[in-house]
Amino acid sequence: MPGAVGATPMNRTLGQRILVTLPYLWLLVLFFAPFLIVLKISFSDLAVSRPPYTPQFDLSGGWAGIRDFFAELDFENYTFLAEDSLYINAYLSSLKIAAVSTVITLLIGYAIAYALARTPRRWRPTLVMLVILPFWTSFLIRVYAWIGILKTEGLLNQALLSIGLISEPLHIMNTTTAVYIGIVYSYLPFMILPIYATLEKMDESLLEAAADLGSSRLAAFCLVTLPLSLPGVIAGCFLVFIPAIGEFVIPDLLGGSETLMIGKTLWVEFFNNRDWPLASAVATLLLLLLIVPIVLFQRQQMKQEIGG
Amino acid sequence: MTLPFAPWADPAAKPLIDLRNVTKRFGAFEAVKNLSLTIFEREFFAILGPSGCGKTTLMRMLAGFETPSEGEILLGEQDLVPIPPAKRPVNMMFQSYALFPHLNVEKNIAFGLKREGVAKGEIADRVTDIMRLVQLTDFARRKPDQLSGGQRQRVALARALVKRPRLLLLDEPLGALDKKLRQETQFELMNIQETLGTTFVIVTHDQEEAMTVSSRIAVMRAGELAQVATPTDLYEHPDSRFVADFIGEVTVLEGRVTNASRGGVGLAFIEGATDLRVITDDAPPAGTEAWLALRPEKVSIARARPDEADNALPGKVLDIAYLGNISTYHVELANGAVVKAQESNRQRADRRGITWEDDVWVSWEEDAGVLLLT
Repeated sequence: MPGAVGATPMNRTLGQRILVTLPYLWLLVLFFAPFLIVLKISFSDLAVSRPPYTPQFDLSGGWAGIRDFFAELDFENYTFLAEDSLYINAYLSSLKIAAVSTVITLLIGYAIAYALARTPRRWRPTLVMLVILPFWTSFLIRVYAWIGILKTEGLLNQALLSIGLISEPLHIMNTTTAVYIGIVYSYLPFMILPIYATLEKMDESLLEAAADLGSSRLAAFCLVTLPLSLPGVIAGCFLVFIPAIGEFVIPDLLGGSETLMIGKTLWVEFFNNRDWPLASAVATLLLLLLIVPIVLFQRQQMKQEIGG
Repeated sequence: MTLPFAPWADPAAKPLIDLRNVTKRFGAFEAVKNLSLTIFEREFFAILGPSGCGKTTLMRMLAGFETPSEGEILLGEQDLVPIPPAKRPVNMMFQSYALFPHLNVEKNIAFGLKREGVAKGEIADRVTDIMRLVQLTDFARRKPDQLSGGQRQRVALARALVKRPRLLLLDEPLGALDKKLRQETQFELMNIQETLGTTFVIVTHDQEEAMTVSSRIAVMRAGELAQVATPTDLYEHPDSRFVADFIGEVTVLEGRVTNASRGGVGLAFIEGATDLRVITDDAPPAGTEAWLALRPEKVSIARARPDEADNALPGKVLDIAYLGNISTYHVELANGAVVKAQESNRQRADRRGITWEDDVWVSWEEDAGVLLLT
């Protein structure tokens, strides 16, 4: 590099470049390379071998070998996904379950975050701790615990029966309702924390100013608090929606046969059917499905910042 | 001939704001203690005091964010206390400005008018007018974080003024600005207040700011009014050591009243020396403990004893504060008291004679100081 010797600003630039390169390297090694492998497998064919697909990348064949390798890759698995309505339905059903769960989580999470931000300052760290506390127990165990609550002879039904609110036990376990309950419960902290962060730093004199200028409390909330907490709301929605789409554990443990989710379909293809190429195609499509809204969202953000 | 603006001196004048025996407690702490005060229409009224004196609480009670524990607040004939802030014909300019960060200048200013349900066309007209008045027309589409401190201050002012309040409250309006900008803005504020004729109440801890802008100043101390007067009266006739000390520079000399004569009294100050002569309207009886408050610019300093001065005392120069246009000399007297004397530097610094450790005489006329009993 010319001028790198002894020139301090140049040195700093070099250091900065290395610093910027690090996260890219991380992404390259831990995200992009595995993704390429999955993508490659999704273009392969199922084979009774180990690993269970063909062709396999082999440099010993030279140029001709590599050419043959690429010639054998095709879109067969994707065509299959498009033809069998099971997969399309699983994608759509996952989208719906994730979207509805996100809305429910948003409503509950916003209320909790708002209440947190309005409590006296000295109580807040304790309450925030309580929100995070469930993470100290394994996610799997916590979802498992819901079986004990929701099953026919579970805690919820026993409680409701004993106070006479219902005369017959509710069938929640192994239904989509149970999946909603599980997702909302599990992802609630991811909604609360970003919303709380935006509400907590909001200047309270803004609400006084709104009142001074003639707003009712409701109007002040809608016109000031809500728009100012929007970044937190959007972040929370993404943090809930994206993992919820691919969720596997919750529908597997709490859902029934009626609950169709793409994460579970993926699991079945991969481990029960040992169809790695098809499973990889499902995974690749899922990734595309998630990347599109994120890119759109980021475009929107950039536009807003520039347009300001 | 136009009479000077002084409705507070007219017993027939009706006040716009009438605070009657207002007390505000936070738990056991009394922030405002049995305070009564009247503010008149078109006044530029300043509430001045050190931090924690209750001035902000008083303002927040006028805005409606705090309810008095006792007492009444009247606006004209109307009792303000039960009216929530949103319904009061009172608007406030917040110390932090509290501009809505997600709205541009125009929308910030229009916010209050929209809540009021003013017609669209009228909103546009009033917003345009007020933006012209505070010179913000070019920044209508900017968001608050794209504005300088001075511009933000003007948005906050415009946003409150556009509602045409009967009373505008300003909480430390210029506190966030640097000194030069603050001085310019003070005059701008006065011009705007005169143009619109709105009654302004400003809360500040900056005595210079209060002196510059206001028609009257209420000096507060620990929840009570120390003195309410025009800037001139407050400076020339403070009625307590606290006020004398809070407003401008002062030397306070402690002594005992000796005899009354010629419309004044004698004040025994240094044992064995001649009593100090002070002119005062109501002379307290001899023997009363009293203080003489002297403004430094009314005290002269010389190498020799001046022949004609009413009061003259010898001392030694302890310190000189050189401010360019003026110098303040701190002169230590025989009994250890320090008197400040101010001289304007009409001559170049190198041609003036008095320097540190010099023996000098300080002198002042008998009507130069104020006799204080508290």
